[in-house]
Amino acid sequence: MSIATALLANAGTTFIQTLVKALALGSVYILIALGFVIIFKGTQVLNFAAGAISMAGAIFLAIMVGDGGLPFLPFDNPLAPSLDDPDLVLWLINLVIVLFIAALFGLVIERIAIRPMVGQPLFAMAVITLGIEVAIRPFNLDATAIQARTLNVPWGADAWELWGAQIPKSYVAAMIIATIAGAVVILFYRSRLGVAMRAVAFDQEAAMAQGINVGRVFAIAWGLGAALAALGAIVYGMAPFPPGGQVSQEIHPILALRVLPVIVLGGLDSASGAVYGGLIIASAEVFAGEYLSQWNSTLGSGYSTIVPYVVMLIVLLVKPYGLFGTAEVRRV
Amino acid sequence: MLEVANLEVVYNEVILALRGLSIEVPDGQIVALLGSNGAGKTSTARAITGLLDVHEGKTTKGTVTWNGKQLPIHDPAAIVRTGISQVMEGRRIFAELSVDENLITGAFTNRSREKHNYDRVMELFPRLGERRTQTAGLLSGGEQQMLAIGRALMAEPELLILDEPSLGLAPKLVEQVRDVIVEINQQGTSVLLIEQNAMMALSIANYGYIMETGKVVMDGDGAKLRDDDDVKEFYLGLHGDEGEKKSFKNIKHYKRRKRWAS
Ligand SMILES: Nc1ncnc2c1ncn2[C@@H]1O[C@H](COP(=O)(O)OP(=O)(O)OP(=O)(O)O)[C@@H](O)[C@H]1O
Ligand SMILES: [Mg+2]
Repeated sequence: MSIATALLANAGTTFIQTLVKALALGSVYILIALGFVIIFKGTQVLNFAAGAISMAGAIFLAIMVGDGGLPFLPFDNPLAPSLDDPDLVLWLINLVIVLFIAALFGLVIERIAIRPMVGQPLFAMAVITLGIEVAIRPFNLDATAIQARTLNVPWGADAWELWGAQIPKSYVAAMIIATIAGAVVILFYRSRLGVAMRAVAFDQEAAMAQGINVGRVFAIAWGLGAALAALGAIVYGMAPFPPGGQVSQEIHPILALRVLPVIVLGGLDSASGAVYGGLIIASAEVFAGEYLSQWNSTLGSGYSTIVPYVVMLIVLLVKPYGLFGTAEVRRV
Repeated sequence: MLEVANLEVVYNEVILALRGLSIEVPDGQIVALLGSNGAGKTSTARAITGLLDVHEGKTTKGTVTWNGKQLPIHDPAAIVRTGISQVMEGRRIFAELSVDENLITGAFTNRSREKHNYDRVMELFPRLGERRTQTAGLLSGGEQQMLAIGRALMAEPELLILDEPSLGLAPKLVEQVRDVIVEINQQGTSVLLIEQNAMMALSIANYGYIMETGKVVMDGDGAKLRDDDDVKEFYLGLHGDEGEKKSFKNIKHYKRRKRWAS
């Protein structure tokens, strides 16, 4: 093989690996962005507690599959997969259970902190979500203080090989999970409850006049939103994403913050915007990180983390409501 | 039967919108509530259907009773469940939802009868059937009004409150709306018809109230009001000379003086 073809082949594998990585990171962004969007759609509030809620969800899973059960239950988790050789099916069952727990967590938060604020200015509600973030954070930090908690992912950091490129199983899992979640959101929007939520989003008073229970819509938005955020944090915990198969005290708390450009780009109230936004931002970030690395000294190290904000700013200059947002509507 | 007695409504703690309004809607009847801009018609509808909270409004005096019971005025959904639905002023359809989805939003309080009510709406408004999957915002003004009425009917109300259903519609469409209201009423639904178009409303109403600055200034049988010279003059005056709006209070005054003089 000549040097030229070898270089070319090398370029090909690099491209494939970069593309897969971009799609995988995009999947994480999509999950968390959908969580934001659902809550915004249902309640017109940007959920600043998304970071803490998503991380708490990942910790719930770590406790279930890593420590053998939730501490407040009188028994250990009978379905906990073994630590040495975790069983895939058992692990997935635990994942589903944790998503329900996360949804319940969202419902409780909504009931305690959000519902009493119905009818108050939206800005006040947004500030309340900040308060929720501050209230949950100590739990997250305590839970990860002594050591990062393993998510006990059955496939660990394994990868498949495709045309010489390494395709991590976690990346494929991320794409599959995001696709399923996206489909669930689309189906939800078309369901009766979804119709109620869209009606409330469009004209709250008119929805009330039809006899739609706005409080219930709020609750569903928070339940679904919390579950999606948790799922995003869990997927991001899988190796070879940076936390490396664990819930990380350094990386997980700021994950939701990094999704902000995605939802601003996609439009706060648009599910399809969350999908396109997630893919665009993640691609820009990953490809810039890979292909601009030789200019590291000029751009400064860590420049790829700034790329999402640059993309966001450029788009906002052209389209102030994001690519898919509704033009006239929203505040806060 | 709906009985509104001596109702006083205040917005933002200071703006007095209703000052002792009393009206009745007997079962099976069409009752017209007439008045010009700002008279308090919509506020009346809000007070009955529990939508004052949204507007920082409060009922400070008086009662609204429905079939002998007080209405749960802070729970609009519960009020719909007792059998009162409203077609809001300005239609307020969900423009981003399809026609069918708009109708579904009206059915949440009455799930068991949804199929039946949907069929009834489709029979009443065949045009909506042709546009079931279309985005509601793309319907014409007349079709949107039909959709708003159909949506309210999905709850199968005993009493339907319509707030200015003829607003912004061409005369032909106003006639259509009027005929639909008559048909709905004949199928057994009482109607409180709020209108500025007095002639349309009084042509089908059993009874009518005319209100001004928050209270009733005149009431009577539909036919009687329709033939009343003052009503005619008032509404002709309204249509003709914008600058010189006549007030019923003044008319009454004038009448009294005339009687004294003779
Ligand atoms: N949300 C609100 N906040 C404060 N004041 C209000 C509000 N809604 C109505 N008002 C006031 O209450 C009074 C009655 O208004 P209302 O809307 O009930 O009249 P209306 O008869 O329905 O008029 P129109 O024919 O223009 O619809 C008006 O003086 C109006 O300014
Ligand atoms: Mg009005």
